[in-house]
Amino acid sequence: MATAPLGGIGVSVPRKEDARFIRGKGNYVDDVQLPGMLFLDIVRSPYAYAKILAIHKEKTLAVPGVLAVITGKDLEAAKLSWMPTLMSDTQMVLPTDTVMFQGQEVVGVVATDRYAAADGVAAMEIDYEPMTPVIDPFKALDPGAPVLRTDKPGRKDNHIWHWEVGDKDGTAQALKESDVVIKEKIYIPRIHVSSIETCGCVAQVDSMGKLTVWLTTQAPHAIRTVFALVSGLPENQIRIISPDIGGGFGGKVPVYPGYVIAVVAALTTGHPVKFIEDRTGNLTSDSFARDYHIEAEIGATKDGRLTALRVKTLADHGYTDAAANPSKFPAGMFHVITGSYPFKKAFVEVDAVYTNKPPGGIAYRCSFRVTEAVHAIERLIDILAHQLKMDPAEFRLKNFIPPEAFPFPSVLGWTYDSGNYAGALKKAMEIIDYAGLRKEQVEKRKRGELMGIGISSFTEIVGAGPSKDFDILGIKMFDSAEVRIHPTGKVLARFGTKSQGQGHETTYAQILAEELGIPVEGISVEEGDTDTAPYGLGTYASRSTPTAGAAAVIAARKIREKGAKIAAHLLEVSPDDIEWVDHKFQVKGVPGKSKTMADVAFAAYTNHPQGMEAGLEAVDYYDPPNMTYPFGSYIAVVDIDKETGQIKTRRFVAVDDCGTIINPMIVDGQIHGGLTMGFAPSMLEEIQYDADGNNKATSFLEYLLPTAVETPHWETAKTTTPSPHHPIGAKGVGESATVGAPPAFVNAVVDALEPYGVTNIDIPLSSYKIWQAIHSKDPP
Amino acid sequence: MYPPNFEYYVPSTVEEAVGLLDQHQGDAKILAGGQSLIAMMKLRLAQPAILVDINRIPNLAYVREDDKFLRIGATTRTAELSRSTIVQARYPILSDAGREIADPIVRNRGTVGGNVSHGDPGNDLPACLLAMGAEFEIHGPKGIRTLPARGFYQDTFVTSVATNEMMTEIRVPRPGAGTGSAYSKMERKVGDFATVGVGARVVVDSSGKILNAGIGLTNVGPTAIYATAASDFLAGKTDSDAVLAQAAVLARDASAPSPDNRGPVDFKKDMVRIWTRRTLRKALDRAKGGK
Repeated sequence: MATAPLGGIGVSVPRKEDARFIRGKGNYVDDVQLPGMLFLDIVRSPYAYAKILAIHKEKTLAVPGVLAVITGKDLEAAKLSWMPTLMSDTQMVLPTDTVMFQGQEVVGVVATDRYAAADGVAAMEIDYEPMTPVIDPFKALDPGAPVLRTDKPGRKDNHIWHWEVGDKDGTAQALKESDVVIKEKIYIPRIHVSSIETCGCVAQVDSMGKLTVWLTTQAPHAIRTVFALVSGLPENQIRIISPDIGGGFGGKVPVYPGYVIAVVAALTTGHPVKFIEDRTGNLTSDSFARDYHIEAEIGATKDGRLTALRVKTLADHGYTDAAANPSKFPAGMFHVITGSYPFKKAFVEVDAVYTNKPPGGIAYRCSFRVTEAVHAIERLIDILAHQLKMDPAEFRLKNFIPPEAFPFPSVLGWTYDSGNYAGALKKAMEIIDYAGLRKEQVEKRKRGELMGIGISSFTEIVGAGPSKDFDILGIKMFDSAEVRIHPTGKVLARFGTKSQGQGHETTYAQILAEELGIPVEGISVEEGDTDTAPYGLGTYASRSTPTAGAAAVIAARKIREKGAKIAAHLLEVSPDDIEWVDHKFQVKGVPGKSKTMADVAFAAYTNHPQGMEAGLEAVDYYDPPNMTYPFGSYIAVVDIDKETGQIKTRRFVAVDDCGTIINPMIVDGQIHGGLTMGFAPSMLEEIQYDADGNNKATSFLEYLLPTAVETPHWETAKTTTPSPHHPIGAKGVGESATVGAPPAFVNAVVDALEPYGVTNIDIPLSSYKIWQAIHSKDPP
Repeated sequence: MYPPNFEYYVPSTVEEAVGLLDQHQGDAKILAGGQSLIAMMKLRLAQPAILVDINRIPNLAYVREDDKFLRIGATTRTAELSRSTIVQARYPILSDAGREIADPIVRNRGTVGGNVSHGDPGNDLPACLLAMGAEFEIHGPKGIRTLPARGFYQDTFVTSVATNEMMTEIRVPRPGAGTGSAYSKMERKVGDFATVGVGARVVVDSSGKILNAGIGLTNVGPTAIYATAASDFLAGKTDSDAVLAQAAVLARDASAPSPDNRGPVDFKKDMVRIWTRRTLRKALDRAKGGK
């Protein structure tokens, strides 16, 4: 037999999925074409807060091609006008009497083609009575503020929940006893995932009453369960198919009103119904991310030892809490905010409020609020270092959790699995010539030139998660793999996760290649069809490799256990005499006497031992014992045009550690993409609302995504500190760079502006903000 | 993102196009490169009942120079403008601007005539043509008329072209010896409309004295702005940093920007000052033989 390269762990196997993606042969939801398919478009609210006085359907129904108009009252009759959010709040599918944000779905229009549906939307006449919206989240808590969620009986204010963790009194005492305490307000603005593919679905009910929905979802199985619970349809009569997905980033975890309306339209018309959001609908109504108003303090001794951390945060969730966090953690993993440092005392509290804005609080490539946490701690560390007149690198090196302290119990309750923080930072400093840059900066400052160096030494927390702590709507956050080896030694493996560009078809195959000794091209990976794949919680928060990737390893090892018995039978030895060496079953100590997995697979169907079940397959539902904690150190160097406030990123070095690397090329791609997604909100992206609640970024004209021209050149490097509890030592990496990059940029810019006494600038670092910082204070 | 129905005409002569515009006055829009119009139609901000597609009218796309003018046909793509070696050699303000308009995809489709006659204060070419003292040839049912760029822009999306007229040629006076020109654009990202754009033209004599100058401003008012006081101030002055700084202040005072996501008014006005000074310097360097 020809020996194809195995393509196991650590090999940069070209991505299997790219063959179709780069030739335009991907199969996305909008590629689904069904006979008799109708199209749904949506009338959206022009007001942030208004009563609906009347909906006049006549002109819309008169538009040629328009077949149906669906309102909140229609849905109310079927008890479908409201739906639960993943945080057990409630969200309108369509409003019956009040609109809660500008851009909210108000009426569905179903037509025979997409243009007719849009004409129907344009013809719709709705009478509104605008009300004064609540936009500022701080004012939302004022005693006199209008109560927005009047649908909730007994509600007297706009406060959603309070969550806290840590030792409040002990932290206060420790801060009091600290030689130095600094305090800063940091706003992490509302942003949007803006995946290239917007959200959408095709809903079809077949002649047996079975509902099939092709859906842009990162979590098809969980969505099926939610659909069953909301609609009352039996779960076996629902099939969710998540085909190729053009980017998810957390934005395709929730259920959006348009999906439900499309399903209702399919059920009522008897036709398949397609709904694909346009860009403005996507930007103005789908779940946003971030929007945390953070006030944080840290203390230190005068010789620069960190003492305590206190954080108070206001979370603006829009009109409903539609975050997608694990149920137990309404603020996600925000309490990883002690970061890479061994604080003895810490206290974190978060209050969430309702405002007249779109719902959300989803994790945009941020592992459940870790971006907010890392931004705050890495900014504070820099401010404190400056206050102590210590170099920020030296200050970090002095305070890092040392490698020998792992597994490290953080004061707020996490157990960091492994890390070598100083190793990563020192490597980044060496690559970028940190000492040389500081010298250059001194000279530049003498000439009045603005150059800044910014460090971010982040600790991530990914791979949710252990079932004792992690569930979504009660469903535990395990994930699954089902591996079948065919008689000829080829493999079909199915997973409960769902790739949206991460490269699962390649990396899962590599894990299985390594564990089964079967070359990677003989292994097919399938995900996303709830009728065929095993149940899982899906792909987000960098959880696929820590959970489903581990499930693949365990399933493969179960197969190896059975395979050893078959090999023993073939080699006529006792199963105890078989060992797995060099990707083969071998008689202990006799390298010449061995069987490959392909040999064993053939025997499993043609010559299996008496009394043994035929076949060679295994399923594993993996419940991780702990989270994984990838980390890294990033250094940015910026030059600032003093007159215009324009920032030029001269260099950006990213040293990442995600434990064992399955495919170095894919990891590098994840880092490059993640860094760009960290750069974007640092410099450009932001959703702002005016006082009337008008969204000021309803298209890519104003919601600014960087192009290759703006994006810095990324210099990447790695250190490798395996996870001690993951079966192959791997950690999640999909979000590290997005989480880690922003504070490096802000720290660099604030460092450059040090002569002006600037301590913080909130992202995005727009030119005008830099100009204002320079002009508000005269340089010394 | 889906426009309503419209009728679509493809005239083969300017006269036919003008006839259609005259027949459907107010209901018809000219479709040239479509880079502004189609986007506005998709958002239903513009809902013309009739589109008059002028792309197949022959001999409307050209860049040529005679002894008086650089002549640019209305359907010349902006990418072609900045690729023209004549433009690069003697009208660098236009090739500068041509490289800054939106992004390459837009520049391959968008036309010079459309950019100039749309009346969007964010379009980059009007400021350059104001600085250069250009003129426009306009065809209407009653014949041809020529209008100077200065005075052409009346308000946002309002120009001196009537609804039954069509711009056919853009003429830029041929520069004499000692002329330098440049365009600078400050933008948040590639493809963005300018935070501020400045076009500058200067003519210097052999002693370095500025004989005359023109300064146009992009996106800092309801229309593209000709900075008259700043331009006039420079005539007869000897080039110095102080003189340019004074002109820059006058240009700043001619601007009337609105606050938006790009920044507040005081910032934008200061950017007019900074970029006027920098662009004048670049134009002067070019006038003296530099790049």
